[in-house]
Amino acid sequence: MTATLNPLYRFDTLVVGAANRLAFTAAKAVAESPGTVYNPLFIYARPGLGKTHLLMGIGHAARAINPRVSVEYLTLDEFVESFHAAIAAGQGEAYRRRFLDVDLLLVDDVQFLTHRREMQAELLRLSDALQTANRQIVLTSDRPPAEIEALDERLVRRFAGGLVIDVSAPDYETRVAILRRKAEERRATFGAGVLEAVASLAIDNVRELLGALNRLVAFQAVSDTPLKPAQARALAGGGDMSKVDAAGKAANDRDGTSEQPASADEFGDFLSEVTATVAQQVDSWRTKVAAAILRWEGEGFRTARLEALLQQEMTTDPERVLRQFETDVQRLQALHTEAAELAPDLAGSTAFRDPDDLDGAVALTQRARQGAHPPPAPSPLWQLDDLIEGEGNRMALEAARTVVGEPATRYNPLVIVGASGVGKTHLLHALGNALAPRVKGPVACLSAHEFTAELIEAIDRGTVGAWRARYRRAAAFLLDDFQLVAETDRTQDELFVLFNFLMESGRQMIFTSSAPLSELAGVEARLRTRLEGGLVVDLPAPEREMRQLVLERLLQARSGTPDAELVGYLGSRPADSIRAVHSLLQRVLNAAESQGVAPTAAVAREILEGSAPKPSRRPVLARSSGVIAPAGGAKSREKIVWEWPDIGDRIVEEWR
Amino acid sequence: MSLVNFTAREITCKIVYYGPGRSGKTTNLQYVYGRVPEARRGRMVSLATQTDRTLFFDFLPLELGSISGFTTKFQLYTVPGQSYYNATRKLVLQGADGVVFVADSQARRFDDNLESLQNLQDNLLAQGVDIRQLPVVFQYNKQDLPRDLILTQEEMDDALNFRAVHSFSADALHGAGVFETLKGVSEQVLKRLAAGAAVA
Repeated sequence: MTATLNPLYRFDTLVVGAANRLAFTAAKAVAESPGTVYNPLFIYARPGLGKTHLLMGIGHAARAINPRVSVEYLTLDEFVESFHAAIAAGQGEAYRRRFLDVDLLLVDDVQFLTHRREMQAELLRLSDALQTANRQIVLTSDRPPAEIEALDERLVRRFAGGLVIDVSAPDYETRVAILRRKAEERRATFGAGVLEAVASLAIDNVRELLGALNRLVAFQAVSDTPLKPAQARALAGGGDMSKVDAAGKAANDRDGTSEQPASADEFGDFLSEVTATVAQQVDSWRTKVAAAILRWEGEGFRTARLEALLQQEMTTDPERVLRQFETDVQRLQALHTEAAELAPDLAGSTAFRDPDDLDGAVALTQRARQGAHPPPAPSPLWQLDDLIEGEGNRMALEAARTVVGEPATRYNPLVIVGASGVGKTHLLHALGNALAPRVKGPVACLSAHEFTAELIEAIDRGTVGAWRARYRRAAAFLLDDFQLVAETDRTQDELFVLFNFLMESGRQMIFTSSAPLSELAGVEARLRTRLEGGLVVDLPAPEREMRQLVLERLLQARSGTPDAELVGYLGSRPADSIRAVHSLLQRVLNAAESQGVAPTAAVAREILEGSAPKPSRRPVLARSSGVIAPAGGAKSREKIVWEWPDIGDRIVEEWR
Repeated sequence: MSLVNFTAREITCKIVYYGPGRSGKTTNLQYVYGRVPEARRGRMVSLATQTDRTLFFDFLPLELGSISGFTTKFQLYTVPGQSYYNATRKLVLQGADGVVFVADSQARRFDDNLESLQNLQDNLLAQGVDIRQLPVVFQYNKQDLPRDLILTQEEMDDALNFRAVHSFSADALHGAGVFETLKGVSEQVLKRLAAGAAVA
């Protein structure tokens, strides 16, 4: 019932020229993502210009991209016939349902809808249903929808709502290309100028052109001598064999092999050859300009400037105009990309479609720039130079310096893994600050917790597009506490998409995580493996030397000269993070202050070893970051135990 | 003379038939003249001596009508081949867009061909034209003569056509090769239009 796709009618067998480039581009777009771009797509052209080829090409290409796509090709006649048969068999509903499951419906020759009201209604219903389900429908006709006689106005409007596009007759160059391609397919070789001679005839129907080629192939098969251009022209022009022989004879005569004068219209030949050459040479700029118009119009740009050029009798310097136009279009495209990133509602705005109004587009982009909200920046408190380098963190710092030296080239993403309080956040923000002057654009630096919170707010306000754009603009993206994205589906999705986008655009990404990536439960493998694809460095707990250095610096900042004994003692105390070192020192300082004594090693020893800390000190103990650490370090409550149960409760707990 | 006049939308090609005396330049023009429909051809001007040798030059204007909106005209000239008319040859050669070098295929005219070719090169050079930059084709005429009297196309090519430009064997008297030669040179001349258009 339904015709199958002709295996020869594929995109790669289609010769694309100025006449069908637009239709080809649209067809390709439709095949690549059916139901999303131009729906319905309506292609019209006079017979023999490749409508069916394009239509079947869409089917083949869509199947090649996704073999599961269900494609149905049928001519309108088949559609009508099968419908009538189904109605007669009382299967009308089943018939309708059958088409509703089709992903890509290709209907050929819809001009035969003329005066068929019931089929028009059926097609209307079908196309509505398919469109609602985001399924693609492509139609072809030999005339535009508005010219199909007695076609339901609603159908005309539906078609116009998609994309209506025409294929015109191929130009000389395309005709030559078609003939060459087809001759090659038939493994036929012709002498120089033969195919060109046929192409120069006024045959603008591809089928007739191929018919002419068939005649040449057939003639050459029975002829001993190779075909000459004049013969080919006579043959292709529908001439009979005697005429061809005469032309052949004339050609032979002119080789100087015969005493007989030539009898063919030599001047006519000469004239047509000159005409073809002049047309090619003189009007090549016109062809170029026309092709440029088609191309840019197809991409949605206004081409008034080029059209005006075509109207001109004289050419000033078409190349220069074309170059300028192209430059303007590229500028528009760049502005459009930028503006769409800044303000998603500007995406697709017609203000970016007119190369003659660059100023308007610039102004609009400027406004978008001013209105745009930059992503959160790294805290300026933390600088790379402030970091104390020790044996343990040398590798991490080395990687950090490399990243700053060559952003997005060597280690992307960089993942810093270390236990809580070892200085990941410090390093991350410091990296952000160091990167800022080296990359073009804002550096986004925030914790995963904030990232999720912002996303939730954006969803709530319906501004997810703007939120995404905000991070896509980031020249570097730094995410703290990556482990917190665990179990957050949407955040992971967004992060995954953002990751891919930033990676493709060559932006540096840095993540920190408190647990090794492989141990993170609830993080999708696609995201985890992407992070693992960069460089993962460990930031280990500070060793004794490091702890002493930190203490020295802290005490120095507080009282000028650090007490070496105190530093030595505190440095020898166990502490598994910088934050714990801070906290240790803070405890000693607080206690000393409350006792009214100077903080010395002896006092510290007494405080830390002599007696248990008083209950009132508990909150200080619990705030591991202490007051010396700048704000913004640990924001997640999960990291910290705030309330310990009383001893009595704990015993009860044990007994249970 | 400008080849393409965009203001007047006119293309004018001046093609000069060059070569030794009695090689068949005028015959070429006469054959073309005979094939052109009356409406398309202007009057062929021939200034001949009493012995039918070209005294000054032949001139055949061809109106090819409107092509791509351009009124296209071809002007075919011949030069007197005899060596003592060099001043005339120089004059005719001025502003030529293309040259057909008509060589006499007879073995005994070998030196005349070479001399004339040398003369063409000199005259062009005197006008500041490099022969390598000008569309030139060769026509080896009189190929219909008995084989033992003439050199073949290959031999002629070896002797004259060291720049490997297009060459045609011809029998101008009967018309063989005449239009091929004209087409050959026209094509080359017209292909330079695109380049010429940029400066016009």
